[in-house]
Amino acid sequence: MSSYETIIGLEVHAELLTQSKVFCACSTQFGAPPNQNTCPVCLAMPGALPVLNRRVVEFGIRAGLAANCQIASHSRWARKNYFYPDLPKGYQISQYELPLCLNGFIDIEDNGESKRVRLTRIHMEEDTGKNIHDAHGDASLVDFNRCGVPLLEIVSEPEIRSPQEASAYLRKLRAILQYLEICDGNMEEGSFRCDANVSIRPRGSTPLGTKVEIKNMNSFRAVERAIEYEIKRQTEVLGGGGRLVQETRLWDPDRELTRSMRSKESADDYRYFPEPDLLPLLVSDAWIEEVRRHLPELPDARRQRVVREYGLPEYDALVLTLRKDVADYYEAAVRQYRNPKALSNWVMGDLLRIIRERKLDNALVIHDWPVPPERLAAMVELIDSGEISGKIAKAVFDEMVNTGKTAVQIVAEQGLTQISDEGPILNAIDSVIAAHADKVAQYRSGKDKLFGFFVGQVMKATQGKANPQKVNDLLREKLDR
Amino acid sequence: MDLTRLTIEEAAALLAKKEISSVELTGAAVERIRATDTEIHSFLTVTEDVALAQAQAADARRARGETGPLLGVPVGIKDVILTKGIRTTAGSKILEHFVAPYDATVTRKLLDAGAVCVGKTNCDEFAMGSSTENSGFVVTRNPWDRSRVPGGSSGGSAAAIAAAQCQGTLGTDTGGSVRQPAACCGIVGMKPTYGRVSRYGVVAYASSLDQVGPMARTVTGCAHLLAAIAGHDPHDSTSVPRPVPDYVSLLAGSIKGLRVGIPREYFVEGMQADVDQAVRSAVRVLERLGAQVSEVSLPHTEYAVPTYYLIATAEASSNLARYDGIRYGLRLGEQEALLKMYQRTRAGGFGTEVKRRIMLGTYALSAGYYDAYYLKAQKVRTLIRRDFEQVFSTQDVIVTPTAPTTAFRIGEKTSDPLQMYLSDIFTISINLAGLPGLSLPCGFDRNGLPIGLQVVGRPFEEEKVFQAAYAYEQATEWHEKTVDE
Ligand SMILES: [Zn+2]
Repeated sequence: MSSYETIIGLEVHAELLTQSKVFCACSTQFGAPPNQNTCPVCLAMPGALPVLNRRVVEFGIRAGLAANCQIASHSRWARKNYFYPDLPKGYQISQYELPLCLNGFIDIEDNGESKRVRLTRIHMEEDTGKNIHDAHGDASLVDFNRCGVPLLEIVSEPEIRSPQEASAYLRKLRAILQYLEICDGNMEEGSFRCDANVSIRPRGSTPLGTKVEIKNMNSFRAVERAIEYEIKRQTEVLGGGGRLVQETRLWDPDRELTRSMRSKESADDYRYFPEPDLLPLLVSDAWIEEVRRHLPELPDARRQRVVREYGLPEYDALVLTLRKDVADYYEAAVRQYRNPKALSNWVMGDLLRIIRERKLDNALVIHDWPVPPERLAAMVELIDSGEISGKIAKAVFDEMVNTGKTAVQIVAEQGLTQISDEGPILNAIDSVIAAHADKVAQYRSGKDKLFGFFVGQVMKATQGKANPQKVNDLLREKLDR
Repeated sequence: MDLTRLTIEEAAALLAKKEISSVELTGAAVERIRATDTEIHSFLTVTEDVALAQAQAADARRARGETGPLLGVPVGIKDVILTKGIRTTAGSKILEHFVAPYDATVTRKLLDAGAVCVGKTNCDEFAMGSSTENSGFVVTRNPWDRSRVPGGSSGGSAAAIAAAQCQGTLGTDTGGSVRQPAACCGIVGMKPTYGRVSRYGVVAYASSLDQVGPMARTVTGCAHLLAAIAGHDPHDSTSVPRPVPDYVSLLAGSIKGLRVGIPREYFVEGMQADVDQAVRSAVRVLERLGAQVSEVSLPHTEYAVPTYYLIATAEASSNLARYDGIRYGLRLGEQEALLKMYQRTRAGGFGTEVKRRIMLGTYALSAGYYDAYYLKAQKVRTLIRRDFEQVFSTQDVIVTPTAPTTAFRIGEKTSDPLQMYLSDIFTISINLAGLPGLSLPCGFDRNGLPIGLQVVGRPFEEEKVFQAAYAYEQATEWHEKTVDE
């Protein structure tokens, strides 16, 4: 065990799924041509003024309630002032000393252990645009489409102790936001981004060590790897008698290391002050209660229900409910055909593999997934009825993915129906025995291991369609006679 | 008949009777601007073609039976207010070639009311100043004495009225920028309650203080203009959803029994004697009209100027950050690294006074100074507001001088910013408290320069301010005196 302990605090920026931006009516749609979703307000034309999108506040309250926060009845907007080409006003409208949500917590599971991570605050702010640097290096362009897209910043207390805990926390947080339908949680497209503050200190000591902020991690794996790297780096520096500097470092996923971006010693002075163009934000108890009444079932509750209702193991329930789309899919399938464990195996195994391979795991919705839940359910039903074998089913599943056909169609077209009739199986056994008289003799003289060989030959002769149980039974009967 | 000498209400009456057309009236205004503006420099942009087209449209609307007090009336718009398709510079080199992509709400409302825009009036750069000497382009001259300033920052808007170049104008007032030049130019200017008029499309100087205000020869003219531009705007969260009274029909009420407070802190040492006397005799006129005059106290008045300069510059430093050469406006140092481009653009685009205020504001907001300056100023602002609440619990309006002196000579105060800042000493508190205030002529000094009387009211009681001012105006003849040719 290392003689240092790790202290991790996470700041998550979640882009909200509102139709329009936080302070103007422009669309938030991703992937529009550059600078199409803009107007005088989000381009900071002279004289333009922000007008708050009420939906953003509602989403903020939703997140706050789901994360067990107090919702401030009186909060305030502030200006965070700094210059950057993708920040048109020269300040970002954010919340500062009076945020919308305070003091929450999120329970996470790591290695079967449960742990509570406290939240300092959740506040609302606007996103910035994006700089695009010309490949020749002689020009920079700016796309302001994302400018003014609403964000929640969710700040944890520095209570996370390992990369695995960090990852579990992020997965849980993303699950909650997805269940609330306020963020699609897409890390690659940047709608769910995370900065990590990492420090280490000698085990048992109380003062915090020098903190390093890591940015630019766009997958859960990157978060884990970056924090791991940083712990190792810091441990080596301190172990070698060196001194750490407070700085911001970028994760370089290709080289798998963090590198210094800027030193915090020349710390930015954001000159925060209350935004004079917006009124203080007053949230009534009635509004909070209204939002609370409409909160959906959240991941923890769903996990417990899935265990209760379908008798699934805890592990299965965790994997299936950590994403709302997956849980929705699973439950839709179980409603079609009630074999919960078999369906759980197929979803956690082959289905999620395909979803990952095809990078379909970024959106909230499942309608474009290749195999709809009712078709998976129908396939499992075919297995259970003895129509196809589990082995054939693997091939049928891939075919469903590739062709969009149903299992029944594929089985009929390719003649994959399992052979359970004794006649054809016995015929096959007879010809195998006739063709391998020498092996039969060896088997009968005690070489039991050859039994598998005969099974294989019979399956081959039936193109894999023979019911394996029947083959076993009949073969043993014949050989052991 | 000299059409340019008409007040808004006189012009409206003639237009209504079809004795004149808007095309004639507008033609006269444009002609007048052409004849006088090479000396006065009220305008940065004269929109002759646009104006004549709008005048024809107004005449057509009237021919179809439409009516309205501003239908066909020529107005000038301060160049910090956006006018779609028309160059809007805010008096700054950094926006020298900026053509507004949209109309400010007040512009839209004026045009919808049928007003004709004859041009964009000169102003101190980004409305920062008290003399219109800080314009990035040209110094406007006071029509009463061309060696003197017209006041600021809406000096072009005030001078345009005094020089009879159009019937009405819009200015903006952050610390007195409508009232102080109105006083210097012998016209009427009103700053409405904060929140009464939309700021959407108005180039921001200090967001929590800025307010658009009308300027005209008479109180009635201002009432017509305010009626057209006031009201809630969904594009400005700080504009207030309250019904707008019919200011014009409410003007004629008697002021018998009106309680008028005279704050003792507003008659200070160093004030020009002529001003002091003119205001005191104006108060006697109000008394004669039946007002109950009493002396009141606004004890935090002495902190108003420093408080104003902390808050206004803090907000300005942030509001002006958008002029960075990236999306519009001037860009210098394009071939250089980003920081250098910012530095070149802002160094070359902003004038001295703007830079001074950006630096002041940046300092006031910076870490370690925020509590001592900005936060402290906000607390004092609350005290100043409470002073007024206290006084308004017993008074209907407050009457003060608008400015401590009449128009000063061009160049006289430019070397001493602190002296210049004191020009707004009587108007600044009203912005800090968000109250409606109006300046109207109440006499002339020994040099023949106009003196302004300020009337201040409770929040959203513009009609009372107008009533008091109108009663005074009807009882006196100061407003009838115009600049000699
Ligand atoms: Zn927009």
